[in-house]
Amino acid sequence: MYILIVGAGKVGWNLARELVEKENEVIAIESSRRRYEVVEEELEHSIQYGDGTELWVLERAGIERADLVIAVTGDDEDNILICQMAREKYGVERVVARCNNPRNLQHFELLGVKPAISATDLILRLIEHEVPKYGLVHLLDLKEERLEIIEMEVEEGSHADGVQVADLGLPDGSLVISILRDGGGFVPKGDSVVRAGDEVLLVLDIGLEDSVTGRFSGIAPAASADVG
Amino acid sequence: MGSAIAKSMLVEGHEVSVLDENPEAIALLNRGQDRSWEDLGGSFTVGTALEIDALLAAGIGQADAFVASTDGDNTNLVIAQIAKRRFNVERVVVRVLDPGRARWYAEQGLQTVCPTQTAIELLEAAVRGQVPFEGVSG
Repeated sequence: MYILIVGAGKVGWNLARELVEKENEVIAIESSRRRYEVVEEELEHSIQYGDGTELWVLERAGIERADLVIAVTGDDEDNILICQMAREKYGVERVVARCNNPRNLQHFELLGVKPAISATDLILRLIEHEVPKYGLVHLLDLKEERLEIIEMEVEEGSHADGVQVADLGLPDGSLVISILRDGGGFVPKGDSVVRAGDEVLLVLDIGLEDSVTGRFSGIAPAASADVG
Repeated sequence: MGSAIAKSMLVEGHEVSVLDENPEAIALLNRGQDRSWEDLGGSFTVGTALEIDALLAAGIGQADAFVASTDGDNTNLVIAQIAKRRFNVERVVVRVLDPGRARWYAEQGLQTVCPTQTAIELLEAAVRGQVPFEGVSG
């Protein structure tokens, strides 16, 4: 594959190195003379000096025959223009743009530049995945025994809403130890029905949290595949 | 360039709103006037061109015409397309110094103005003796 990378900063340089190793033909374009000289020591003929938003610079790098153009400069306007021209002027089929400021993602979208990847946005989304958002409270962590006791609210429309404890489908190593409802609480039996608005206390083996929490949350457990 | 257009449009009686990321830019609008830009009825908003909130605050929603004349070609080309496609501004004019990009985006339907190209043409005409010399100018 012939790949053109505009911007040889940290992202561009590392991408170029990896893609060369995977036996692609790669040209990187860098507009800072000093940066170009540093990177050129390693990439040699795979880097060219110039402003990658100028048509003649793109043409000198052979953009017409590129299979993929990657715009990873530190400037969102530049990345938008490079990808727009790559696709619409030079007929490049695949482009990838870096979006530095996630607020600018809407502009990439409006001008048909996709995929646009924002590291900030990706990290934010990962945080949302990693940090439990189900109103979960850790009541007790028994590290040595590798057990924990958590409290969760049963949300409307969740898997658990209206279901008997025995049918919750909880994994082995987890147990509902009490249900708090209407200001009181009780220790449930297998046929006790869980309702939206209940607070349930569970004891579980450490590491089971993810497979348990989703059953009480109204939001379907997020699949990791929807990132990017 | 932007401030010159803004001033002459205001004198002609248009409502003019200027957006600039530099708060000091208002000095350019005040220069050479007996009253301040805002006293004369112009508006001035501080913000960057890609901030939708700043564009809205500057009144892009009501604009009949939009001029993109920051000192960055790429910023101008992106912001002009936003004005056109997102805010449906009827007349959008873009300053692009690079003749190559100016030509291509003009072919795509953007009204680009390329000062470099204009200067080249003027110089060429002057060299050929096609421009009468009328003493010191500029």
